[in-house]
Amino acid sequence: MRPLTQEETNTFFDKLSKYIGENIKLLIDRQDGTYCFRLHKDRVYYMSEEQLKIGSSAAGECLVSIGSCFGKFTKSGKFHLHITALDYLAPYAKHKVWLKSSAEQQFLYGHHIMKSGLGRITESTEQYQGVIVYNMNDLPLGFGVAAKSTLACRNCDPMTIVVFHQADTGQYIREEDTLT
Amino acid sequence: MGRKRDPLDERPKSGPGRKTKKQKPPTFAGTKFEETEDGKKKLSHRQKDRLKKRLLKKETKQQAGQKRKAKAVKEDGQSSKNKKPKLLFDSDDGEDDSPDLSSAEEEEVAEEEPGTDEAEEEEEEEDMEIEKASKALIKEQEENENMAKAELMLNIQSQEKFVLPSGQEIEKEANLPPDLAILDNRIAHIRHVLADFNSRREPGRSRQEYNNQLIKDLCARFTYNEYLMTKLLDLFPVEIMDFLEANEYPRPVTIRTNTLKTRRRDLGPVLIDRGINVEPMARWSSVGLTVFDTKVPLGATPEYLAGHYMLQGGASFLPVMALAPQEKERVLDMCAAPGGKSSYIAALMKNTGLLWSNDANRERCKAVVSNLHRLGVINSVITNYDGRALPKVFHSFDRVLLDAPCSGTGVISKDEAVKISKDEKDILRCSHLQKELLLAAIDCCNANSKTGGFVVYSTCSVLVEENEWVIDFALKKRNVKLVPCGLDFGKEGFVNFQQHRFHPSLKLTRRFYPHSHNLDGFFVAKLKKFSNKIPGAESKEEKTKETEETEKQENESIKGDNAEAGDSKVDEKQVTQSANRQTKFSNGQQKKSDFNGQRKKFVGQKKKFIGQKKKGKFHKK
Repeated sequence: MRPLTQEETNTFFDKLSKYIGENIKLLIDRQDGTYCFRLHKDRVYYMSEEQLKIGSSAAGECLVSIGSCFGKFTKSGKFHLHITALDYLAPYAKHKVWLKSSAEQQFLYGHHIMKSGLGRITESTEQYQGVIVYNMNDLPLGFGVAAKSTLACRNCDPMTIVVFHQADTGQYIREEDTLT
Repeated sequence: MGRKRDPLDERPKSGPGRKTKKQKPPTFAGTKFEETEDGKKKLSHRQKDRLKKRLLKKETKQQAGQKRKAKAVKEDGQSSKNKKPKLLFDSDDGEDDSPDLSSAEEEEVAEEEPGTDEAEEEEEEEDMEIEKASKALIKEQEENENMAKAELMLNIQSQEKFVLPSGQEIEKEANLPPDLAILDNRIAHIRHVLADFNSRREPGRSRQEYNNQLIKDLCARFTYNEYLMTKLLDLFPVEIMDFLEANEYPRPVTIRTNTLKTRRRDLGPVLIDRGINVEPMARWSSVGLTVFDTKVPLGATPEYLAGHYMLQGGASFLPVMALAPQEKERVLDMCAAPGGKSSYIAALMKNTGLLWSNDANRERCKAVVSNLHRLGVINSVITNYDGRALPKVFHSFDRVLLDAPCSGTGVISKDEAVKISKDEKDILRCSHLQKELLLAAIDCCNANSKTGGFVVYSTCSVLVEENEWVIDFALKKRNVKLVPCGLDFGKEGFVNFQQHRFHPSLKLTRRFYPHSHNLDGFFVAKLKKFSNKIPGAESKEEKTKETEETEKQENESIKGDNAEAGDSKVDEKQVTQSANRQTKFSNGQQKKSDFNGQRKKFVGQKKKFIGQKKKGKFHKK
């Protein structure tokens, strides 16, 4: 377990800012204590100071997870956000998409979102902007990337993809092994 | 617009108008306004016919029945009066119908009743004929059944009561598939005899023979192995049948609301909308919901995926409730997978403080990670240690929960394999591992903690070897005492059991049974650590003796331990590492040092030191 290098921090924050923008600083400067990001086995974990202090007494190979996992660095140095980060992304999300109840299940099985399943979308979402996906009861289901801007969404046919799937809560079951 | 009335038109109005011609005056169903002039109802043609017949009948009967009636009144005047109102509802209770009451009499009595609707009565009488026939049939059937039962009992009694099945009979039975009816009856019979052995036994037969036959029959009836059945019979001499039958049926499916994300009163309606029929669980839980039936898979609803609830048996709430973790504490869950109890602890701590979840199995650790993340637990540290090695890693926890790996005799309804797969070795191996783990758990706990210093031990086993015995061992080995669990139901733990005489405070532990609480079989004990000192650690002599003892024990059960704990590669590495270190002291003797390495993991630091010294002694020899 070690702090992120400058380069890693840049890639990581770049990725994060696509979803929550400048709200990243709310994750770091918290009123209720000191929190930090740590890298462990290519994965980025977000934890409090006490957790860091006590958790670091565990041997590296025996430590499975600490705090919340945000995602992992691939071998080529890119950063992938995991569904486990949703708890932090959803409250600070800049751009949101709401799904009709008919399309909800499809998304939870890992499919992209069609225009026909789109319930609502935040105004002024641009193309390739990271979006958080909700159902109509405001329950966060996952996140993805807008394939079309809000304007382009208005006049396209129902079968076009409007949001590319990245992560959904169904992965807790489907990909339990790869989460860590 | 429209036509104007001609003022000169003097024609009179033609009638009440077009509408009134079509619309008849209202009639009301159920009331009849048509009445004859005398105010009596008109009789229909058929009714008239029937009346005529009835009058004819009456005349003939009055002549014939006069004498008999007088007799009957004389004989039992009161009883016939009592029967009068009964007869009206006679069709309901068939048994009351005394067979000696002739049909003629019945009719008479009925006809004497004033003010009853005659037509209806006629129909009732007709019904009676059919009913009588059916009653007779039912009676016949019952008699047949009774006779069959009696015959079966006779058969069995002739076989069993006075001649317990001989060797030949047993052989014969062994070849045939078991006849459940015969087995059930024999079991019931033997239990009847054993309940009052002196007066009911067959002379010349010992209690042992009855017991053996009972165990054999129970094993055949419920497919257990004899060892486990003997153990269970010792545990439940009276309630054995209830216990075994409860094991044949699954416990109700329950879910736990994740209070980190939602509330029970919000979750309930949402689930009901999804077609999952739920209801609050029991009085003692404020977060449990019982699922009655469901149209959708419980583990795949969007609410489940969003972490609003966890599928969890009711019994597994209990150890966490006993632990009662407080906010901002450091809590250790030693055997956490799959994370149900851990997440409940986090929910009670409201995501503050620190929750250390450990499991010895690497694969199962993944489930813990997934579940804790799904349920939004952020204060967790998840590790993959052998529980016995944990005191060395970190040892100042405020509270420790040890839900020890066990034989699973309390959850036979979940896993039938337990019935036949466990023998004495398995149980003792479990018990040994549990003792080691409990000592480790106590060592992890900090007695000087302001709010805590508690260790909760739980198993899903009902056997004394894995429960009271383990606790009693810990009471002797560490500075701990039992405290009340904080659970107001459940049965008290055993203080005396067969040859065992445990510490009297063991009655503060709690046992839960499938048949009496409709939960999985469970055991919960809460210990308070009052000193961090390890008793006897100062005197070397004792220690060396003890280590020798443990070594001996390990010699017997070392292989099983590894299998039981599901040690991962990492742990094996550790073992070999420590073993290598040991070899420095004991040149060669690879095997022995291996055991020593194992022991080292759970015996305290000081002990290890002594153990090494002892090794040195060995060498001098």
